[in-house]
Amino acid sequence: MSGDAAEAVAKNAAESAPILSVGRLQMRFGGLVAVDGITFDVADKEIYAIIGPNGAGKTTVFNCISGFYKPTAGDIVFDGINIAGRSSHDIAGRGIVRTFQNVRLFRNMTVVENLLVAQHTQLKTGLLHGLLNTRAYQRSEKEALERAAFWLDKVSLREVANREAGNLSYGQQRRLEIARCMITRPQLLMLDEPAAGLNPQETVALDQLIRDLRDTCSVSVLLIEHDMSLVMEISDRILVMEYGQPIAEGTPEKVRNDPNVIRAYLGSE
Amino acid sequence: MRETTKTKILKDAFIAAAVTAVLTFPMVGMRLNVESTGLVLHKNFLWPTVAVLVVFLARLVLPFVLIPKVSVPAAWTQKAVDYKKWWLGAFVVLALVWPFTPLGSGAMVTAMTMAMIYILLALGLNIVVGYAGLLDLGHAAFYAIGAYTYALLNLHFGLGFWEALPLAGLSAGLFSILLGFPILRLRGDYLAIVTLGFGEIVRITLNNWDSLTHGPDGINNISKPTLLGYEITRRSRVEDGTTLWQALGIDYNHIYQQLVLYFIAFLLVVVAAFLISRLVKMPVGRAWEALREDEIACRSLALNPTIIKLTAFSLGCMFAGFAGAFYAAFLGSVTPASFEFIESAIILSIVVLGGMGSQRGVILAALALTLLPEFARGFAEYRMLIFGAVMVLMMVWRPQGLWPASRRRVELPS
Amino acid sequence: METFFPQFLQQLINGLSLGAIYALIAIGYTMVYGIIGMINFAHGEIYMIGAYVGLVTLTAIGTAAGYPPWLLVVAALAIAIMVTSTYGWAVERCAYRSLRGSPRLVPLISAIGMSIFFQNYVVILHSSRDLSVPELITGRLFSMDMGGFEVSMSNSRALILIVTVVLMVAVTLFIRHARMGRACRACSQDIRMAGLLGIDVNKVISFTFILGALLAAIGGVLIGLSISKINPFIGFLAGIKAFTAAVLGGIGSVPGAMLGGALLGLVETFASAFLPTEYKDMVSFGLLIVILLIRPSGLLGRPEVEKV
Repeated sequence: MSGDAAEAVAKNAAESAPILSVGRLQMRFGGLVAVDGITFDVADKEIYAIIGPNGAGKTTVFNCISGFYKPTAGDIVFDGINIAGRSSHDIAGRGIVRTFQNVRLFRNMTVVENLLVAQHTQLKTGLLHGLLNTRAYQRSEKEALERAAFWLDKVSLREVANREAGNLSYGQQRRLEIARCMITRPQLLMLDEPAAGLNPQETVALDQLIRDLRDTCSVSVLLIEHDMSLVMEISDRILVMEYGQPIAEGTPEKVRNDPNVIRAYLGSE
Repeated sequence: MRETTKTKILKDAFIAAAVTAVLTFPMVGMRLNVESTGLVLHKNFLWPTVAVLVVFLARLVLPFVLIPKVSVPAAWTQKAVDYKKWWLGAFVVLALVWPFTPLGSGAMVTAMTMAMIYILLALGLNIVVGYAGLLDLGHAAFYAIGAYTYALLNLHFGLGFWEALPLAGLSAGLFSILLGFPILRLRGDYLAIVTLGFGEIVRITLNNWDSLTHGPDGINNISKPTLLGYEITRRSRVEDGTTLWQALGIDYNHIYQQLVLYFIAFLLVVVAAFLISRLVKMPVGRAWEALREDEIACRSLALNPTIIKLTAFSLGCMFAGFAGAFYAAFLGSVTPASFEFIESAIILSIVVLGGMGSQRGVILAALALTLLPEFARGFAEYRMLIFGAVMVLMMVWRPQGLWPASRRRVELPS
Repeated sequence: METFFPQFLQQLINGLSLGAIYALIAIGYTMVYGIIGMINFAHGEIYMIGAYVGLVTLTAIGTAAGYPPWLLVVAALAIAIMVTSTYGWAVERCAYRSLRGSPRLVPLISAIGMSIFFQNYVVILHSSRDLSVPELITGRLFSMDMGGFEVSMSNSRALILIVTVVLMVAVTLFIRHARMGRACRACSQDIRMAGLLGIDVNKVISFTFILGALLAAIGGVLIGLSISKINPFIGFLAGIKAFTAAVLGGIGSVPGAMLGGALLGLVETFASAFLPTEYKDMVSFGLLIVILLIRPSGLLGRPEVEKV
């Protein structure tokens, strides 16, 4: 780890080893280098943000970490295992789940069904139990519904539980997507522009929700966001990217005053 | 402005008529026939002329006629749950009772038994195509595998139908897993072509592996199913065995045997329909639906798409295996010619017509498409033509099928 | 061992002329796929209809009427091209156009329906029997004795090769330089963007179907003249093999279709020299499965990047 970064790791990283550490990540599409030399780590229960102008490669970093792209070089170590290049469902199964920039819900299924699908890997009763409708199967289904109800309360979607997910308002869809991630009991929650399209009140609520998840569910959060007030408010550390490369990293205060960041956002002259 | 639309309509009508003329005059108007003198061309331009006139007039008139949009009564799609039990009960009672009415002739019972086989096949394919959204163009291959599994087990090891039935399902399922594991990550349309290729490979193999399958002649003399341990044939196959008829003390009549076979087929359909309707409600059924909606979201939630698709594919093929075993027992013989691509296409058109993902639609469509040729003899010649046209028309006008499934929703009690 | 080289040469000639037909059909698959992303399953049937229209034309004129054979061939080709391209156009207009933008399986099922429809349409009209095509192109281009083994090439095979090569060059030049060819390339890159920039997308798609049908019709007439036997089921197998050729070369790529056709023709003839003939068709099915599994983008195609 570079001296610069070590200095920036304020309170969190000192307490525990990082749960995710990305080293020299590179992703190229043919001749185009979309991401290069990205190195950072996320500590346990940390909220870590990646910001940067449009096209800086933030979502590409997400896609590499969550396994939708196979990075051309670099390491992604999660829980002591290098997961770079593994399949996306395998990575999700290890406890890294994500949301998408343009919400990806099962739009024709109801809200509660979305949460049931997300529990698929936790429901361990076999085919035969289901076919014969045994006690164990009924219990497992009932518990799944209860867990869904719990999360719907948490993101205040209980009233719309039986509506089709596609009919929810944008803010509700975003919250449902987060709940759907959380019901898989992840260790790392990756949010891709969670505040995009939300109104100011909803953004405040989102801010509280993210903190609450971190505090009560002990999940680490990695987020991409353009809403600077939200980012500066909740992030422990921030990585700033431009043209696929890191240009600054550190606490919100440090990043805010970094000349490179100011240049990237406001232009050099 | 008004004039230009009129001339445009006239122009369109002329173009459409000209196109129809080019399409029909050389093909429909001139038919080739082999006669003793060699190839002869029969010319008859009546139908092409009629077609051209109809198209021309239709093109002229249609823009001025508002075609009412055909809509399904709301009750069909919304309150399905309420009358679901009603149609189920009616179906079962009808299926049990009709053979004893004057309708129940030998030919009819045989036709209905074939219809049951198609229902079984279509219910299986419906899991693959309707629920999991995987286009399988090689369903007949698994039907063939089931049929040959029973035929070979019966021939070499003397296994009876009921002992071989699970094995036939298993072997079809096993082959589908062997095929499915590598190919199920392919994109939808590639998957379709690969399954088609597999279907042809299976058929060619059956046709040519003489030492195992007896080639194009197939395997004959396959045992009929037993009922409660008694044989249902005229005479017992084994020395001093008792047939069902001897046990019941009645004289053998061919129609009794046909009836027993029909009821066995019906039993298989009922069991399959019940199992599948449970599967859809189970987590695996939800996963199929989710996967159809958004595979990427599924992967981000740790659902393994290959495994989930594989369960659908192998379960669907397993039912084809059951259907195959019954078919072999029913006919008493199997030949590779019964498992050509066209069989796969028929099964697919049944699923498409009934409504992908709709069990009741599929059952009704299977009955309609297999029984129609029985009622309308002249229809038989045009059967496949109509199947093809049905597939196109359904996709253009009602891709959800004649009797689409209503979604069964899981509700959170408040 | 002595006969190895002449045998090889003979198989090369046979394979290339077979591959030429595959390539002619494959272009129709690959261009349609490149532009609207669907497998036009009915394309094999279009080829079969081409062969039938050719035979109808020949029979209507009458081979005994004393016209020179080349004139008959040209007439059969001309009528077959006209009628078959109309079929190609009509299929797209009636069965596919309104399905654009629906899930991938919907147009594919429609195309399968169209294929079944056409097969039985021809069965009903002309019966399902083999019909013999008069042998108009007789004789051999060359025949030589190489160490006891005769290597030869019939004129009909030579015609197939020459016509195919000419057409391939023409299609390549057309796509590269003509206005419509440029529009085709634009549409295959991004059809929505092409539409926004003022390209008449419907026209381009119609053109693609017409061009594909035209080439298939030529293939159909030529194969009829070469093997002098047609039936309503030749389209199914030829269609799948041409599709294999298109996938082998890289679907969406026109040079890929040519390369794939030639390769598949060679593989098939060489395989049938070693395998029992019944298994000949299995080679292409097996090859198709293997390519799709190992390299779905084919030899010359670009790999697709999944958009998350």
